[in-house]
Amino acid sequence: MSLSKDQVQHIAKLARLELSDDEYAESVMKLSKIVDFVDHLSEADTDGVVPMAHPLDVAQRLRSDRVDEADERDYYQENASSVSGGLYLVPKVIE
Amino acid sequence: MMDSYSKSMTELLAGLESGDFSSVELTESLLGRIATLDEKLNAFVTVTADEAMAAAQAADDARAAGNPGVLNGLPILHKDIFCTRGVKTTCGSKMLDNFISPYDATVVEKLAGAGAVVLGKTNMDEFAMGSSNETSYFGPVSNPWDLTRTPGGSSGGSAAAVAARFAPAATGTDTGGSIRQPAALTGTVGIKPTYGRVSRYGMIAFASSLDQAGVITRTAEDAARVLGVMAGFDERDSTSVDHPVPDYVAGINESVKGLKVGIVRQHFDAGLDAECGNRVKDAIAVIESLGAEAVEVDLPNIDYSVPTYYVVAPAECSSNLSRFDGVRFGHRAENADDLMDLYCRSRGEGFGDEVKRRIMTGTYVLSAGYYDAYYLKAQQVRHLIADDFKKAFADVDVIAGPTAPTPAFRLGEKVDDPITMYLNDIYTIGANLAGLPGMSVPCGFVDGLPVGLHLVGHHFEEQTLLRFAHQYQQVTDWHTTCPEGFE
Repeated sequence: MSLSKDQVQHIAKLARLELSDDEYAESVMKLSKIVDFVDHLSEADTDGVVPMAHPLDVAQRLRSDRVDEADERDYYQENASSVSGGLYLVPKVIE
Repeated sequence: MMDSYSKSMTELLAGLESGDFSSVELTESLLGRIATLDEKLNAFVTVTADEAMAAAQAADDARAAGNPGVLNGLPILHKDIFCTRGVKTTCGSKMLDNFISPYDATVVEKLAGAGAVVLGKTNMDEFAMGSSNETSYFGPVSNPWDLTRTPGGSSGGSAAAVAARFAPAATGTDTGGSIRQPAALTGTVGIKPTYGRVSRYGMIAFASSLDQAGVITRTAEDAARVLGVMAGFDERDSTSVDHPVPDYVAGINESVKGLKVGIVRQHFDAGLDAECGNRVKDAIAVIESLGAEAVEVDLPNIDYSVPTYYVVAPAECSSNLSRFDGVRFGHRAENADDLMDLYCRSRGEGFGDEVKRRIMTGTYVLSAGYYDAYYLKAQQVRHLIADDFKKAFADVDVIAGPTAPTPAFRLGEKVDDPITMYLNDIYTIGANLAGLPGMSVPCGFVDGLPVGLHLVGHHFEEQTLLRFAHQYQQVTDWHTTCPEGFE
């Protein structure tokens, strides 16, 4: 196994995912397989190769910063489980 | 009306124009077909019957008023990854089972603007992560050619529905092969355009540097028709490219005489089912008989494409899917102790196994200490692969080969081994990494199951792919064969 249970627990925490004990066991096994598989990349000779972040050779387009959409806040918030006075509610953060 | 379901968009358009039938009649007949036959397939998450009938009536009115759109009254389906205002948009996930999109994707808006009638939203692998439609929260889709087999994925519902003659066209998305592989496995035509050709606005993101929308049809001519409407610049997608959209339908009638077809030797090695390989070789021979010339091309780094993809795509997925936090939309866990508990349980409960696996793979390759070894390295290898294609396209007009290594496999056969499942996309992933257009065209059967011919073109050369596919379909009839039980 290329990944330990501790490592998988750390990754799940970073990813904000709660996993059951069974899911941990399976994740250790399957993630290890995936990591072993992508490790083949280390065999490629990439000395001096520029990393490719975008499939086309173009620059990021910018737009002007102006309001061009109607305010539909109440309609958008119909998808939220808990709102009040136009605000999204979450468990108390500050005591 | 009785046999309209087997007609192409081109044929249906002629019927609508001549007044043989109305869009309301056509829509009603296809909705009836879906109500009767989809229980065999599970191709839909939502059938939008009321909205479809209203859109059909509006299309008939527009035609009567002498103001029809280019797809006026023609039925289409949307993969459930495209946001549709006022309609449930799930992306195949429990996470979005309660999500009613408050806006339309650009693709949805454009097709509606052209007069197309949407019959429903199709089933798919959860968040488009899968190659068999088995990761869907709404259950797997069956392949109409054999109900015990997968239609492929992630656009499996779209492909199965088009193969079953529920509609002549369905949208799809393709991050590593999710349009082309299901098209191959169901005997349909699937095209993934150049990255940036079609707007990604309102298309739920998986891996943003790879995702591209396209269409699944039964004929290349229909694909040309729909793609012509979908393509084009959109200022709401920052990676949309401002490049003229040619008249794809006009372009397909040109001969392929004198064009060069590149064959990649590695694509015919031990990983390919021998009978599939024979069908693909036969198809290439047909294309040669139309006057094109086959030459061998080399893509020396292509064997790295699957591992490169399984670093880049999960990394982008882990970032994109961080928006699902249980706060603004989507599944929210009950009685959370604190904010951290709300995040972890909402995501733990809302996402399925494969999505969690990809998020964790992506989190790992981006985490401190591993970024250079995995993510940066994969981006470098991605450059090598893209350069290989660039060199190849200096000498050839298209690259042809198999779309998938085998015909449709059995449901359940590969679910336990992620790597075996990932290798389904071995021939298609390269086009996504390099941002190139790719297409699958039906080219025969092995034991009653369809096989696809894969065509890859240079950037913005969709018309060349469509032309090859159309010319090939003029002299073959694989695409007119209907699966048993759906005639």
